Amino acid sequence: MDLLNGIFIAPFVQMADAPDFLVQVLWEGFVSGILYALIALGFVLIFKASGVFNFAQGIMVVFAALTLVGLYQKGVPVILALILTMAVMGILALAVERFIMRPLVNQPHVILLMATIGLTYFLVGLGEFVFGGEPKQMITTELGLPTGSTEIPFGAQGVVILQHIDIAAAVIAIAMVTALALFFNRTRIGRALRAVADDHQAALSVGISLHQIWAIVWFASGLVALATGIMWGARSDVSFALEIIALRALPVLILGGFTSVPGAIVGGLIVGIGEKIGEIYWGPLLGGGIESWLAYMIALVFLLFRPQGLFGERIIERV
Amino acid sequence: MFYREAGQFKSSYATDQAIFPLLQDRIGFFTILAIAFIAVPLLADDFILDAIAIPFLILTLATIGLNVLTGYAGQLSLGTGGFMGVGAYACYKLTTAFPDVNIILLILLSGVFSAGVGLVFGLPSLRIKGLYLVVTTLAAQFFLEWCFIRIGWLYNYNVSGAIDSPERSLAGGLVLTGPNADSVTRYLVVLAIVAVMTLLVKNLIRGRIGRSWMMIRDMDIAAELMGVRPLVAKLSAFAVSSYICGVAGAMFVFFYLGSVEPSAFSITLSFQILFMVIIGGLGSLIGCYFGAAFIWILPIFLRNALPAIGIDIGAENIVHLTSMIVGVLIILFLILEPHGLARLWQLGKEKLRVWPFPYA
Repeated sequence: MDLLNGIFIAPFVQMADAPDFLVQVLWEGFVSGILYALIALGFVLIFKASGVFNFAQGIMVVFAALTLVGLYQKGVPVILALILTMAVMGILALAVERFIMRPLVNQPHVILLMATIGLTYFLVGLGEFVFGGEPKQMITTELGLPTGSTEIPFGAQGVVILQHIDIAAAVIAIAMVTALALFFNRTRIGRALRAVADDHQAALSVGISLHQIWAIVWFASGLVALATGIMWGARSDVSFALEIIALRALPVLILGGFTSVPGAIVGGLIVGIGEKIGEIYWGPLLGGGIESWLAYMIALVFLLFRPQGLFGERIIERV
Repeated sequence: MFYREAGQFKSSYATDQAIFPLLQDRIGFFTILAIAFIAVPLLADDFILDAIAIPFLILTLATIGLNVLTGYAGQLSLGTGGFMGVGAYACYKLTTAFPDVNIILLILLSGVFSAGVGLVFGLPSLRIKGLYLVVTTLAAQFFLEWCFIRIGWLYNYNVSGAIDSPERSLAGGLVLTGPNADSVTRYLVVLAIVAVMTLLVKNLIRGRIGRSWMMIRDMDIAAELMGVRPLVAKLSAFAVSSYICGVAGAMFVFFYLGSVEPSAFSITLSFQILFMVIIGGLGSLIGCYFGAAFIWILPIFLRNALPAIGIDIGAENIVHLTSMIVGVLIILFLILEPHGLARLWQLGKEKLRVWPFPYA
């Protein structure tokens, strides 16, 4: 009975007792969900245009943040550092297109996946070699991001604390998603990109350059990685431990479907909020720390009922 | 010139189906066995045995385990580290509960537990395929890792949270595990287990079960139409694969590391073994040996070779440089030969067949 009470009754009583705490938890989940969604967005961009599951997205996040902070610490003014970091991500995109995508075109998924894991190793080594392995502080104030927090009274006597940096993260994420959606739907390159996503050969036959599209896509997801890196870095240190968040993005992708931008967002929010709620209200039952696998379990259960994800294209198999 | 099949006739079904149909292959195989069982223990020092040979063999076994699942049955998995951990913890629990039972028996038995866990996490594979399946195996990986940390019963509630291998010896007094075990003894035990398991897997793959795995891998719907039961084929692949990984995990603790923290069986290990499978060649047993050698020995070699040729940039930078070089080599390998080292080996043998001419 105790167990059933712990699972079905006590958490809800707890929620009803302290609504301000519940809202706080929901907000925290929302913010981390947004950040998961940003990482997933980087994955989706590349997967859509080239069918590559880019495992290196997580390390690109760290690498971008590390480059930014590293350049700043070497005495480069902050604006210039930001521009230089973007340039570095651009060079990286060109290099990836030239040295990985082009020779490996048309290989099976798993080979391309492995190639991006090879890229991960390379970037980890390079980042540590150039900027050193110790965790770094993100240059939050220098970038003009707000710090501090606001307390909003909620209910009878409760308060909800909103960190300004979290609000900024949410705003930036929403702005980026809107910009990307416009880019995909309203520009010439965006249309070419969707054509490539639809069918490589058909796109080639109407004169779309695959090489150009791939470079653009990798650059775009490099920029998304930079934004994600700044936001994650502001919440914790910039270190290679952030790499693990790339794996967190996997259930997000599964929930949303690999090819859907709105799916990435919704999936991110489900995982972010589900994880926090589960950890706070049901975690103590199991001894805590369930955050590390809850997201995968949510995705696993979800997949059993809908194998293509929320917004994924229907899987049709032919023999 | 030396490597010709000319004049070697297969006059019975048994010779036709032999693992090594060519005399030259048989000679080569037994030479390698002789080197591994006799020359290496006689000549190698403790460093080579402890730091290279033993972990290489154990990781090879884990690679074979993953190759059964990924290379032969086509189910991509990132849970290898977790399944190895199950084997290790099961063996630890067994040997502390039954200290008098032969440790080798317990190691082989502990694989059964990880096979059971593998079966449970293999169930979603009936509905989920490809990259999506990676998520379920990741769920296994992180859930099992969490169990190793949080469930005190698994490590007998000791304060450090780590498990160490207690001293166990054979009836004759020969110490097999624990700090006092001799490197040569441990090496020979590991080698024997790995050799026997390789032979078993080889025969499993040549038989009906292995063929049904490969049918599922190549096209599951077609295989199903032709009478292969996906439930049986997929779950047996998961069970066999996890069994082998579990045995490898138990040996990893008892014959190599001696004492492990739960973090030893993290996702990094899973990745490392997936690398070995891919670099060695999906669906090839000899590739497992090549892949494990490449991924395990190359960094050790680089770490020792770079200072030797005068590139002295400090120990930390060597590690970073090694990581970069390994990354570049992986990409290079995938570009040059996506089918892995096993394919190179095969090409080499074909070239050797017509040598000294460029073609026959």
